[in-house]
Amino acid sequence: MRVWVYAEAEGDKPATSTLELLTKAREIADTVEAVYVGPNAEALAGPLGEYGATTVHAVDNGDTLAGVVGAAALASLVASGAPDLILFAQTYDGRDALARLSVKLDRPVLTNGLGLTVDGDKVRVGTAIFGGNTLIETEFEGEKPYLVAIRPKSFAAESGGGGAATVAAIGDVDAGRAAEAKVSERHVEEREGPKLEDATVVVSGGRGIGGAENYEPLVEQLAKLLGGASGASRAIVDAGWVPYSKQVGQTGKTVKPKVYIALGISGATQHLVGMKGSDNIIAVNKDGEAPIFGIADLGVVGDVHKVVPKLIETLKARH
Amino acid sequence: MKPVTGIIDRSQEPMHVAVCVKQIPDPAMPGELDPGTNTLKREGKLILDESDSYGVEMALQLVDKAGSGEVTLVSMAPNNEVSGLRTALAMGAAKAVLVSDPALAGSDALSTAKVLAKAIERAGDVDLVLTATESTDGYTGTVPAQIAELLGWPSLTFAKHVDIADGKVTIQRQTEAGYDVVSASLPAVVSVTAGVVEPRYPSFKGIMAAKNKPVDQCTASDLGLGADQVGWAGARQTIVSVGAAPAREAGEKVEDDGSAHERVVQFLEQLKVI
Ligand SMILES: Cc1cc2nc3c(=O)[nH]c(=O)nc-3n(C[C@H](O)[C@H](O)[C@H](O)COP(=O)(O)OP(=O)(O)OC[C@H]3O[C@@H](n4cnc5c(N)ncnc54)[C@H](O)[C@@H]3O)c2cc1C
Ligand SMILES: Nc1ncnc2c1ncn2[C@@H]1O[C@H](COP(=O)(O)O)[C@@H](O)[C@H]1O
Repeated sequence: MRVWVYAEAEGDKPATSTLELLTKAREIADTVEAVYVGPNAEALAGPLGEYGATTVHAVDNGDTLAGVVGAAALASLVASGAPDLILFAQTYDGRDALARLSVKLDRPVLTNGLGLTVDGDKVRVGTAIFGGNTLIETEFEGEKPYLVAIRPKSFAAESGGGGAATVAAIGDVDAGRAAEAKVSERHVEEREGPKLEDATVVVSGGRGIGGAENYEPLVEQLAKLLGGASGASRAIVDAGWVPYSKQVGQTGKTVKPKVYIALGISGATQHLVGMKGSDNIIAVNKDGEAPIFGIADLGVVGDVHKVVPKLIETLKARH
Repeated sequence: MKPVTGIIDRSQEPMHVAVCVKQIPDPAMPGELDPGTNTLKREGKLILDESDSYGVEMALQLVDKAGSGEVTLVSMAPNNEVSGLRTALAMGAAKAVLVSDPALAGSDALSTAKVLAKAIERAGDVDLVLTATESTDGYTGTVPAQIAELLGWPSLTFAKHVDIADGKVTIQRQTEAGYDVVSASLPAVVSVTAGVVEPRYPSFKGIMAAKNKPVDQCTASDLGLGADQVGWAGARQTIVSVGAAPAREAGEKVEDDGSAHERVVQFLEQLKVI
């Protein structure tokens, strides 16, 4: 089995989701190669190789959308490289690349993957439906390559101890009119502390915190004291209290921290699907019947405005 | 209603915006799989996917800002379903193209995109196509960029802000770290996130008017799509197993009597995070 991974970067390092895919690819494939769109391919060759890629095919997209260049680059490589399976992370650029490539190659896609199994020539992708209560496995039929998007945090990232990957430059890529989409500015939101997806402790706030002004004193303060990251339910993202990058759940991020603390979150299935893989869950909600208590290891039936300030005081006193 | 900000230019040509709207089973109802095919049951009454109400509102605001033009809805749904379309027509869209055909049952994301791309061509000269970033019931999240690739147009995905000026569309595109400003010339496909604008409620007048707005109903073959390209045959995938996810047990539950925070501290100590 020849597996390719659509690699993405965060700064001058491969994205964690890329390392997760390479780790999985190593387990199921005889050959693992990466295709990377962006600057600094040389800097990424070390870690990409360490996690399993022997070659990284690379092209710099400049100010063109990465996924657009990615799809055109992949399409140009597929004929000679003959991959059986191409893995994408379910990210913004990953989805763009996957979608356009599927049209160029006329191949179906399977997205939102949480699991991947290979049995001889058969490739199956595991996904969750009905808010994560039902798991299904879907098998590809028809011609290869099979195209799959996997949700970040579905697999562990483990070094394979390999040497640096060989960088192979991809020549000029023609994406047609699609390449007209150009990025003119990049805005990076300030973040203190660890990334939401990588934090050991995640404290999330929901509508029950009562207002945007309460997010900092309740949610962010607690997260900071525990060396964690702050997250949110979709209700307060849609309400404009916090940016989308904080959203946990089906249409947001998947997190699997050691401790997840849900403050004023009801526990809708679409939220639970993004956090129920956490090792331990603590919930504070004034409604004893809230579904979040159904999965909480420690549930506090109480008012966040009473419980959380006291918790913060106690933790501060210990520092 | 949040206004679309930017320079108001009423000298532009009429704007024709097509909005893809999916009609789905009420998400509040428990979902069910068809035991024969292992696909989601899509029987009974369907409603407008709330995720698409943002695209409809955005389209209406953009046409309003352009000074003239119209909004056409594009939908693929079983059994000539129009309930969701009527909702969006009542919001103010002018007309709809509805593709409904038993041959489309089992269509995956790529087949759906093929159908929608043809339906958009059928809608006439379109300047802009709006979609949601992902549907509530299928959430493949690939249909918008697939449509763009099929039409040979740029796609600006995950927009949380949209502006049109001088034949160009500029968006704020959600990223892992914040957002990017991305532009392209028209025609283009833009997928909008929930919350990009505040969808209006249809007025009584709007609901009455919607009943008489034209819905152009067509089949896959009307669009020139063969049976091997869409439906079950086009999907090239089968569900091989269905099972319950491992359930997570509830643990300890305490009522706050003024000291619950102490129990939380203890718990965090046990876990050695403090
Ligand atoms: C297609 C789709 C995708 C979705 N994706 C996501 C997703 O990715 N992430 C997500 O989170 N949601 C998602 N949702 C939305 C989800 O269904 C819920 O609407 C949302 O999670 C609710 O957010 P909430 O718990 O903050 O608000 P609510 O459901 O309104 O709950 C607020 C809770 O706060 C409690 N409360 C109120 N006051 C207090 C107080 N003073 N002290 C303590 N508790 C209090 C209440 O008892 C209640 O339980 C999605 C929905 C759809 C249809
Ligand atoms: N059957 C459909 N009819 C109309 N629009 C659709 C349909 N399926 C998908 N779309 C559009 O494409 C978006 C993304 O869908 P998906 O890729 O299935 O998550 C949806 O939110 C809709 O805007």
